[in-house]
Amino acid sequence: MTHLFILANGGANGTNLDPIYDEVLFWILAILAVCAALAMILVRQAVHCALMLAVVMLSLAVMYAMQGAPFLAFVQVIVYTGAVLMLFLFVIMLIGISNRESLKETISGQRLWAGLGGFGLVVLLIVGVGHAALGTAAPTTSANNTNNLTGLAQLIFTTYVFPFEITSALLITAALGAMVLAHRERTTPKLTQRDVARAKIASGQVAPEPPPGVYALHNAVDMPAMLPDGTTAARSVSRAVAQRDVDLGRGDRQVQITADLEAEERIETERQLEAGAAGRDEA
Amino acid sequence: MTTLAATGVLRASWLLLAFPVFGAAVLLLGGRRTDKWGHLLGVLMSLASFVYGVIAFFTLLSYPASERSRDLHMYSWIPVNGFQANMGILLDPLSICFVLLITGVGSLILIYSVGYMAHDTDRRRFFGYLNLFIAAMLLLVLSDNYLGLYAGWEGVGLASYLLIGFWQFKPTAAVAAKKAFIANRVGDAGLSVAIMLMFAEFGTVNFTGVFAGVKSSGSGVGLALGLLLLLGACGKSAQIPLQSWLLDAMEGPTPVSALIHAATMVTAGVYLMVRSNPILAQSADARMAVAIVGAVTLLFGAIIACGKDDIKKSLAGSTMSQIGYMMLGAGLGPAGYAFAIAHLLAHGFFKAGLFLGAGSVMHGMDDEVDMRRYGGLWRILPITFVTFGLAYLAIIGIPPFSGFFTKDPIIDAAWESGGTQGWLLGGAAIIGAGITAFYMTRMMLMTYFGARRWETEGVLGGAGAHPATPEPHVPHPHESSPVMTWPMIVLAIGSVGAGGFLIINNRLDGFLAPVVGAVPAPHGLWSWPGGIALVLVVLAMGVAWTMYGRVPVPAVAPRGSVLTRAARADLYGDAFNESVLMRPGQWLTRLSVYFDSRGVDGVVNGLAATVGGSSGRLRKVQNGFVRSYALSMLIGAVLLVFGLLVVRL
Amino acid sequence: MSPAAYVFLAVILFAIGGVGVLIRRNAILIFMSVELMLNACNLAFVAFSRMWGNLDGQVVAFFVMVVAAAEVVVGLAILMAVYRAHKSASVDDANLLKY
Repeated sequence: MTHLFILANGGANGTNLDPIYDEVLFWILAILAVCAALAMILVRQAVHCALMLAVVMLSLAVMYAMQGAPFLAFVQVIVYTGAVLMLFLFVIMLIGISNRESLKETISGQRLWAGLGGFGLVVLLIVGVGHAALGTAAPTTSANNTNNLTGLAQLIFTTYVFPFEITSALLITAALGAMVLAHRERTTPKLTQRDVARAKIASGQVAPEPPPGVYALHNAVDMPAMLPDGTTAARSVSRAVAQRDVDLGRGDRQVQITADLEAEERIETERQLEAGAAGRDEA
Repeated sequence: MTTLAATGVLRASWLLLAFPVFGAAVLLLGGRRTDKWGHLLGVLMSLASFVYGVIAFFTLLSYPASERSRDLHMYSWIPVNGFQANMGILLDPLSICFVLLITGVGSLILIYSVGYMAHDTDRRRFFGYLNLFIAAMLLLVLSDNYLGLYAGWEGVGLASYLLIGFWQFKPTAAVAAKKAFIANRVGDAGLSVAIMLMFAEFGTVNFTGVFAGVKSSGSGVGLALGLLLLLGACGKSAQIPLQSWLLDAMEGPTPVSALIHAATMVTAGVYLMVRSNPILAQSADARMAVAIVGAVTLLFGAIIACGKDDIKKSLAGSTMSQIGYMMLGAGLGPAGYAFAIAHLLAHGFFKAGLFLGAGSVMHGMDDEVDMRRYGGLWRILPITFVTFGLAYLAIIGIPPFSGFFTKDPIIDAAWESGGTQGWLLGGAAIIGAGITAFYMTRMMLMTYFGARRWETEGVLGGAGAHPATPEPHVPHPHESSPVMTWPMIVLAIGSVGAGGFLIINNRLDGFLAPVVGAVPAPHGLWSWPGGIALVLVVLAMGVAWTMYGRVPVPAVAPRGSVLTRAARADLYGDAFNESVLMRPGQWLTRLSVYFDSRGVDGVVNGLAATVGGSSGRLRKVQNGFVRSYALSMLIGAVLLVFGLLVVRL
Repeated sequence: MSPAAYVFLAVILFAIGGVGVLIRRNAILIFMSVELMLNACNLAFVAFSRMWGNLDGQVVAFFVMVVAAAEVVVGLAILMAVYRAHKSASVDDANLLKY
């Protein structure tokens, strides 16, 4: 752990613990990040993509720490991975989870040219960057002898205060914008409690109906549920359970149960009806 | 001879132009309101001009011979710095001769037309056009500069077009009018280039200025001017190579043929040549060209006239031939100018007489022109026969009639021009005289003698305002009314006496000598070439009699020899024009059209098609998929980075 | 490790994110690829800040994170609205603006 701390602060203060740690860690993280990024763009399920992105972001956070930006590393983990990515996941849950994206590409030549373009970009930029003399890590200036956080704070609130203010305005605007976009306009007037009560009494059913299960006669896991019209819901039995029946050689058991249940229900209904009719006749 | 200003009576010489202009204006602008008295006004205006012309003539005669050139300045036409052109009238012996001819013969023909066009509803328009013609012709001969002459030149061309196509509902007439105008235009181009050359060389287009300048400018300019003026004259006078329009011009009414295409307009070319004699004096080659054109045309026209059965077309060929004589005379220099004018004046009389006689015959034959349908008319149309006969004797050159006196000096001058030239020109003139006698005798025999073929075969008509009848019918010929016969009689008197009057005692060449120069070696009335010509004439009359007098004339033209067929086809003049001029022009036009529609339009349409096609393909790029747009952005970014790196590294 | 190596890694991640934008059809996954690209940029910034020896790069990376968060919020809200209207999150379904 201390290594990490030293690493985190080491880059900022110019005292590297051991260059080998640096390099090994870098290579591991680099390969991990690249593989995760490739996986992100290639897997089918959206949730998996989000998780791969999380891997990339976390490895980047460690790299920030290695480069002497510990504050940025923690912000990356907390804000980026923890908030933004989770937001992504929420939206995927809302929208994208049932969409199985087909692998067939609709636009001809898109994949080929996208791949070529990306490859070309990589080659060109590496050539360009390689030509530039980037040198090694420079020693930090005296103004940065305080720790990373204080230094950042000094910069943000003096040199970069104007962008800071604008960014805050941006955030407010973004929040408002999201609210506006997500807002759904009411098409019907909002029902007050008085309206609800009125409606209830008018319909004749004041008390709520008993929740499901009150009139249930069975609660075994392999008994299908009863629908209001007296038939059974075959989908209420888990497929695994139904499969067990088939495996055990009594494949028609569900059918038998269904028939029994429906017969039971009919008898019960008729009895109640007769009782009700007799009760009325008496009264 | 120096030109003096006009004084006294001559100061009113603008009346010569004003009368016919006024007549034309009233008749053409007045419209149908003037129909009832229009023809009378036309005749009156022409007679008024004639009367003034006579007065002017005698006034000129009263001056001494060196003072007979009088100029009247009417108004300043183009007063531009560096170029002055005025409207002025030059009255001198040459122009006064033409004035008398135009107004005199013109008035006679106008009187004749009152009767000839009596049944035509457009008679008033006819007289309006004729007055317009007279005005333009007078401007041509009276103008004192080449530009005014050109204005008159164009005016007579216009009048000729209007009058040939007078019956504009006849397609043949409209086509003939267009042909005449276009052939004239070619000649006019030569004349206008000559005027431009004059202005370029001398800075003026006045007669006096040009004639003074050409003396000092050398023979090159003289040759160029001479040849260009010759081209203009060929167009107007129907000489080779611009002769094809004259025979087609017979589509017009007969008075038009008589006045314009016999007596006056076609002689305008000769006037131009004679007036420009100082220019021709500078270049012997130009004179030679004029003489050769004249000689060739006189033979050409005579041969054509032999093969034509249409009386008017035969007379037109004769006109072409006689003007060839005049041109030949004009090309012989001072030896021939005066005689060319003499022949011109005499020709005016007898050719007009011949045409009016032909018109009288047509009038009686229900507008039939085919001589094969005539025959034996001398008893029925006696006055016509006598006047026609006198004009016939005049044209073939039987003494003592006009043609003998006026043709022989030209033949003599041609013969005496010396050397091979003399043999060729003189020989051509003599042979031409013989052929003239042949076709004129043929015409007389077919028309007035022999069996009455119109009684047995009938006529079809069609040369007038009414179309031809589908079946031949028998006409009822009768002598024409006095209003038609009296002009013919007057012209017959002229045919008889004009030649002798002009030539005997060197009257005309003395009168014209101040203008055209004196005849170098005047000779008597008899000469060897003249004698040979007379013998040839009598022989030709005999040959014609054996062919057409002794044997009956078939009503349907027989196939004939090669020469006959060639003569019927105008010696292939039309065929030549078509193949040498029209067809290449047509190919050129078609090529231009092809080039325009394929080349130019092809480029333009091809451009549009390229844009349309490429845009049709390019629009597919916008396929609506955001991802493909993003891909193009990525590719663009990659290319940008590549470019940046290439530049910087 | 020299900053160059980090920058190379950032380039690679950036390119992978870019290709991901182009390949995936689900709008959320495209968004996530954009987030990957932003993260790659952040890595580059931090590497450059280490190269120069001051904290400016880190400040910029911090701001990038803030802005990215705001962007995600608004973007996902838009996505939700679109999904409610069309019942589909596929980007290819909005292809009416074509030739």
